[in-house]
Amino acid sequence: MTETKKKYKTFDSKEVRKDFALFNQSNLAYLDNAATTQRPNQVLEAEMNFYQRKNANPFRGIYDLSVEATDAYEEARKKVANLIHAKEAEEIVFTRNASESLNLVAYSLGELVLKEGDEILVGITEHHSNMLPWRQAAKRKGAKVNYLYTDEKGEITEEAFTKALSQRTKIVALTQVSNVFGRLNDLKTFAEIAHQRGIYFVADGAQSIPHRMVDVSDLGVDFLAFSGHKMLASMGIGVLYGKKELLEAMPPFLTGGEMIETVSLEKITYAPVPHKFEAGTVNTGGAVSLSAAIDYLNQYGMENLARVEEELTVYAYEKMERIPGIRILGSDDPRDHHGILTFQLEGVHPHDIAYILNQDGVAVRAGHHCAQPLLKYLKTPSTTRASLYFYNTKDEVDRLIDGLSKIRREMGYLD
Amino acid sequence: MESRTFYNEILTDHNLHPSHKARIEGTNMTLEGVNPSCGDDIILELRVNEDRIIEDGGFVGDGCAISQASADMMLDLIIGKNVEEAKRLSDIFLRMIKGSASEEEIEELEEASCLRDISHMPSRVKCAVLGWHTMEELVDHEEDED
Repeated sequence: MTETKKKYKTFDSKEVRKDFALFNQSNLAYLDNAATTQRPNQVLEAEMNFYQRKNANPFRGIYDLSVEATDAYEEARKKVANLIHAKEAEEIVFTRNASESLNLVAYSLGELVLKEGDEILVGITEHHSNMLPWRQAAKRKGAKVNYLYTDEKGEITEEAFTKALSQRTKIVALTQVSNVFGRLNDLKTFAEIAHQRGIYFVADGAQSIPHRMVDVSDLGVDFLAFSGHKMLASMGIGVLYGKKELLEAMPPFLTGGEMIETVSLEKITYAPVPHKFEAGTVNTGGAVSLSAAIDYLNQYGMENLARVEEELTVYAYEKMERIPGIRILGSDDPRDHHGILTFQLEGVHPHDIAYILNQDGVAVRAGHHCAQPLLKYLKTPSTTRASLYFYNTKDEVDRLIDGLSKIRREMGYLD
Repeated sequence: MESRTFYNEILTDHNLHPSHKARIEGTNMTLEGVNPSCGDDIILELRVNEDRIIEDGGFVGDGCAISQASADMMLDLIIGKNVEEAKRLSDIFLRMIKGSASEEEIEELEEASCLRDISHMPSRVKCAVLGWHTMEELVDHEEDED
């Protein structure tokens, strides 16, 4: 896909926030963006417009309306391919979310390549959705899951990665950005090492694609999964990128309508990719919303938004680390956090922290962040996480910091 | 939104300086109670004598201030009482959380009555009732075995 010199709209936080109904209606500081983001009016209107004007079951009808619905869906696929620099739109499979994408690849790639005694290397940092599907696949195929450990700051070095591979490793499943540490893994280097040994590389992009420019062709991974709802789009639309030759070789995951060419009682011929993996009526409204979300992000430019977010992250980190009793998980360099600050406040349980902050109108996540094995490895029962997006403001960060600063006193400590 | 005074002195004091957060001697009833969604986890121990009097009780575990303080307040209330009375008080507590206990009943709960506002905080109900549910289950289970 050719790159032309783009002219971006100047980023103005105040203007951006006007696009989000929630920010106009309430004073909530929404800092749980790693869980799901808010959606701008442009995205919601695009989805509504689809259902008002173009709604028909795509792929099925001969009539114009169905063709328009099909076009809207396939346009969205091209938009996603462009966003992540996939070579062809056929390499984009629409799913419900990153979890479904990862289940798909674990099942279908597992069926294609896994044999008894093979090993799958899974990051200890992984969200349950990039861990449990591999454990299931291993169980089905008589394979074994090994874990790739980070250091205590959340880093995986090239040496540690190489050391974790064995002669029997067949697949590596690793996140690009950890949803607990916020740390960015060097997937390009890791995928290259894996490929030299004939190992397939599956990446979880749920926390990276919404926040930065990612070029899958340059990264070299075989698969990459992400969700629309973490990047301004509706809930219920997700993406699996896969190299075309692999998607073609893999058996289907879900079967039924719309994923076949011909069915007789003796034989089934599946539809070409990506349709082979999109059984049943597809979520066209969701795909349209994702397309509109990508347009929204692109008007400012992913790299520009990443810079806005990094500035906010550094600002938040530097203020947070000065609060007595705070320990921020992961790197000491705020630039390694990519919008995610997971922390503990000595002597105060995360649910009390999140509850008290809620009373101050600040929304953060408390708990295990769907990464229980990681927290167990870190000997940390549960934590609190503030996660930022480009639309957050320094004022919201200040409210988080002010709230946090008062909590220990409120809970009866004397400092 | 509720006022921040919910975390009042009674609650924070039971959380920071619990009277019963320890293993007890001669325990004859033990049960673990867990809230899987948030990770609150307590092991409740009771020593109940032949006359079904709760002679002593204690708990260990991890969890938010509400879950820990609530368990501590419960033990303050039920130690020295018989099992039936403890279950009656627990029933009042659970009804208080649902908003259906009378003022007279709530008064019987002594310090545990400071958790009455939980009825307006759906996300924290499970924390507040963990110790009480665990206690009810523990004594009911023991009765089944008799």
